[in-house]
Amino acid sequence: MSDSNQSTTQGAGRLFAYAPAPESRAIVDLAPSYGLFVDGEFTEAADGRVFTSVSPSSEEVLAEVARAGEADVDRAVAAARRAFGPWSALPGAERGKYLFRIARILQERSRELAVLESLDNGKPIRETRDVDLPLVAAHFFYYAGWADKLGYAVPGHPDPKPLGVAGQVIPWNFPLLMLAWKVAPALAAGNTVVLKPAETTPLSALFFADVCRQAGLPRGVVNILPGYGDAGAALVAHDGVDKVAFTGSTEVGKAIARSVAGTRKKVTLELGGKAANIVFDDAPVDQAVEGIVNGIFFNQGHVCCAGSRLLVQESVRDELLDALKRRMATLRVGDPLDKNTDVGAINSAEQLARITELAQAGEAEGAERWSPACELPSSGYWFAPTLFTGVTQAHRIAREEIFGPVLSVLTFRTPEEAVAKANNTPYGLSAGIWSEKGSRILAVAGRLRAGVVWANTFNKFDPTSPFGGYKESGHGREGGRHGLEAYLDV
Amino acid sequence: MSEKKAGAARGAETVKAGAKPKTESGARPTAGSDAKPTAEPQARAGAGAGAGNAPVARPEPVAAGTRLGVLKTYKLYIGGKFPRSESGRVYEVADSSTGNGGGTWLANAPLASRKDARDAVVAARKAVGGWSGATAYNRGQVLYRVAEMLEGRREQFAREVAEAEGLATRAAGAVVDRAVDRWVWYAGWTDKIAQVVGGANPVAGPFFNLSTPEPTGVVAVLAPQDSSLLGLVSVLAPVIATGNTAVVVAAERAPLPALSLGEVLATSDVPGGVVNVLSGRTAELGAPLAAHQDVNAIDLTGASPEMAAELEAAAADNLKRVRRPGPEDWTADPGTSRLTAWLETKTVWHPQGV
Amino acid sequence: MPSIAPPTDDESAAVPAYAPEADARRATLDDVAASDQALRRFLHGLPGVDAVGLEARAAALGTRSIKTTAKAYALDLAVSMIDLTTLEGADTPGKVRALCAKGVHPDPLDRSTPKVAAICVYGDMVATAKEALAAAGGADVHVAAVATAFPSGRAARGVKLADTAEAVAAGADEIDMVIDRGAFLAGRYLEVFEEIRAVKAACARPDGTAAHLKVIFENGELSTYDNIRRCSWLAMLAGADFIKTSTGKVAVNATPANTLLMLEAVRDFRRDVGVQVGVKPAGGIRTAKDAVKYLVLVNETAGDAWLSPDWFRFGASSLLNDLLMQRQKLRTGRYSGPDYVTVD
Repeated sequence: MSDSNQSTTQGAGRLFAYAPAPESRAIVDLAPSYGLFVDGEFTEAADGRVFTSVSPSSEEVLAEVARAGEADVDRAVAAARRAFGPWSALPGAERGKYLFRIARILQERSRELAVLESLDNGKPIRETRDVDLPLVAAHFFYYAGWADKLGYAVPGHPDPKPLGVAGQVIPWNFPLLMLAWKVAPALAAGNTVVLKPAETTPLSALFFADVCRQAGLPRGVVNILPGYGDAGAALVAHDGVDKVAFTGSTEVGKAIARSVAGTRKKVTLELGGKAANIVFDDAPVDQAVEGIVNGIFFNQGHVCCAGSRLLVQESVRDELLDALKRRMATLRVGDPLDKNTDVGAINSAEQLARITELAQAGEAEGAERWSPACELPSSGYWFAPTLFTGVTQAHRIAREEIFGPVLSVLTFRTPEEAVAKANNTPYGLSAGIWSEKGSRILAVAGRLRAGVVWANTFNKFDPTSPFGGYKESGHGREGGRHGLEAYLDV
Repeated sequence: MSEKKAGAARGAETVKAGAKPKTESGARPTAGSDAKPTAEPQARAGAGAGAGNAPVARPEPVAAGTRLGVLKTYKLYIGGKFPRSESGRVYEVADSSTGNGGGTWLANAPLASRKDARDAVVAARKAVGGWSGATAYNRGQVLYRVAEMLEGRREQFAREVAEAEGLATRAAGAVVDRAVDRWVWYAGWTDKIAQVVGGANPVAGPFFNLSTPEPTGVVAVLAPQDSSLLGLVSVLAPVIATGNTAVVVAAERAPLPALSLGEVLATSDVPGGVVNVLSGRTAELGAPLAAHQDVNAIDLTGASPEMAAELEAAAADNLKRVRRPGPEDWTADPGTSRLTAWLETKTVWHPQGV
Repeated sequence: MPSIAPPTDDESAAVPAYAPEADARRATLDDVAASDQALRRFLHGLPGVDAVGLEARAAALGTRSIKTTAKAYALDLAVSMIDLTTLEGADTPGKVRALCAKGVHPDPLDRSTPKVAAICVYGDMVATAKEALAAAGGADVHVAAVATAFPSGRAARGVKLADTAEAVAAGADEIDMVIDRGAFLAGRYLEVFEEIRAVKAACARPDGTAAHLKVIFENGELSTYDNIRRCSWLAMLAGADFIKTSTGKVAVNATPANTLLMLEAVRDFRRDVGVQVGVKPAGGIRTAKDAVKYLVLVNETAGDAWLSPDWFRFGASSLLNDLLMQRQKLRTGRYSGPDYVTVD
């Protein structure tokens, strides 16, 4: 990155400019190529196809990865089926101990995996180190403890059985965390899995396969098939799969719902969102600003539950926007491996193009666009944190999921209007409420059609806390006791 | 094990009475060793000189050329430290095996007094804030760490359980395995019990109403007399999994596994005071604990029916939560009753209105 | 190196709290202090503080990684911001002289080390301190005196004002007063307000200058963040030049969260009233690492305008040695030890 506009090496004329503080890459032992992980072994794809995974912050090629095709899906499902009998027959306590081992090894290797995830995904190391990886380990730890307590999970079912083979397709925004959300409960309940990570972020799943080997997990219990949408579609459609779990776009979610129609497959979908982050006139302003920033700029806004619509009470709009812009000006966009980076790279050229197009639409439709002055690196995929004011419900940027660091600001006059506008969307994943008045928070939370409501906070996740959407944000819940039910035959 | 009544020669209670040469067989006879159990009572040995009590045989001296082992001095575990009894008393613990070495002296265990019990309650109370305030996840990880440490000492505990309960080596090993798995079972409950026993209540009005379980505080536990490790773990783990702190009275005749468990707890990131382990006479320790006004609950599993009735009556003075003794199968699924026994339920109402 | 836009508000429009123009600007809010009730309404009408959110923000800023050039800058700045403090019953002239010598030449091995900002002592030690600083060649190091029945603040108004006046007469450049926490917690806000005003008046010198006034809240006793926010505005309206977290004499002193809150308050006061007030965390800041975290808070909340000893101070004693050892490590590459810094 160049400092050509800066007069000093400390950058941007600020007195206290932070020097580079890079996390070392040396901790990750990256091989030049990786295979599929099927039946406990890494192998090539049946047709030998490969693809490359690229670091979105620099466009550097990280590794070559085998690309799964239909034949590989077939082989993996068969391996999972073979492993299912012995795995589900194990006493729950034994399955639990495998998962505890995995959790502990993930904790031991969390720095390595955090660096890898930042390289492959583009998100800041501070987030992978402090948010993603701790949650990954916590999910395995939590579900490990359910494996021998299944009889307590669902009232009326003292001895619930697993479903069989789970086909799981996950997105690129939280690769290892989405894997944990899927694999941990599936295994705890006694299922075996075939998981397809996203094509732009296959690496952490493959390292996870190695963790499974270190833990001594029996072959075939977990299978990882890196690949593209075709492999995902083949997996979901495969007749040997009893349970389908998908996190991704609403469009693909609908296709999956059609594909499993009339079959025995149980399905859970965790799809898109356009969450309203509602700020009332009595909000704790400084914390609300943090919550808004966290809501849309955490993970570059690549978050299904992102607070992408700020609904601010009109009477405090100006004050709040001033504070928000001032705060946005302190966001540090840059090298994901720099420990001081707040906002990393956009995950791919495709995603960058989508965000750019929608932002242009925002301007074209008359909303007012603002970004803090931001010098973006010359290579890699980057988008400055952006704010649109004067947005109304009719704008595309108020209705369509942008999945990037773009906040649309709308106003409301009364709580009723806030609720109506918040609910006025086909989505229903999450929402935020900022107010110092408890009864208002509870009343509004009670009326929001969203599966996750955050009050005076945002983007908080915990393995004990169920997560999932209403309406076109999907159905089913992950996390908590509810997340276990999805993998049991109840 | 026997103890002289008050008024008789005090020194007799302490094996360390200088006059009597210690039988220098540092290597405790293990089940299956060559040492012959001696029936001949030693004059003035701490145990054996009491009326009607079986004498505890002294171990045979080691054979020439055999390496002499270093005997462990067993201590109480209070407030994260390992003190002797403030009374200075000990009592003899004998090997329960029926084979070779059976009936022989194993160790002198601390004979804890009511003052030790008092100190343990102080330590347990001090630890309540931090332990109940820790996240359930953190408690779960600490309990899992206990399992890790216990697993690492499998052989040690197998030997101690074999000696304590008269089991063959393989059976003792199985007991230890079950005890480790029992810890793991409870480690996995810390962050789930609230989801199973708590919840929102649909009251008939515009109110948000939520019931959540909270730990009751300090729990006194009389560990089962006949299951020195598995039973012990089964009564202790649920107390601390839920955020309570514990004062444990070990099995009277078989306290050594409990005292060694203190060592495991001390190396598992369990904060000092969360668990306190006392060894001695159940009756002598149970009484002050049952009557103690700063103890919130008492588990009477290790009390005989008559003793339990007395203790339950004493516990009524500050309305402790009491769990009565009953038939137990330590190998069965424990269920949730030992978790909920030490949980209060708090229900909060909050209006919902803009 | 990512670039950040400089703050967009017009900095030149603000004046320091001790400047003559500040009175007029504060006076625009005079009706707020017309009565106890009016003051209560104003203070209780300020935005609330969500404790979990505030603490999370302070903790997140604590994960900034400050290395190499940034670390060097921060360490030097931190040294120059120290109010090197001794407030013991056992203080003697000898002790105070030793401290002054240290404040002027903190590192015997490195004469390029900056001086501290001030020496902080009890009022009866001011003269000794002034003399010792001059003798050591550090007449530009200020003397700050605690006053108004520090640390408890429990004495009659007249005693507190006399305490202040004596310290000022003895030559104190700065006065660190304590508020009456009892009055604050009992809701007698106007009383607290008027007392600050009176102490500020007692800081005036015959030549028309005045000692600068720091107002200590004792955050540990105020207990809630809402109280700390209210107290910040109260003190600033009453004319404080600096607001200070604590006396250092109680269990809970400065914390990143309570200091962050006060930085937000001074930032907002400057924006709304056009008057700049300084911030001083005191007590419990022992390591260089802690100090750097506080500087990050300043940097990312209040900004450049507060990054100098004129606007931010550390009330500390043992902190200085840790800063010196860290400076030594940066210079030599080796970890240092207590033998290489002075004990005074």
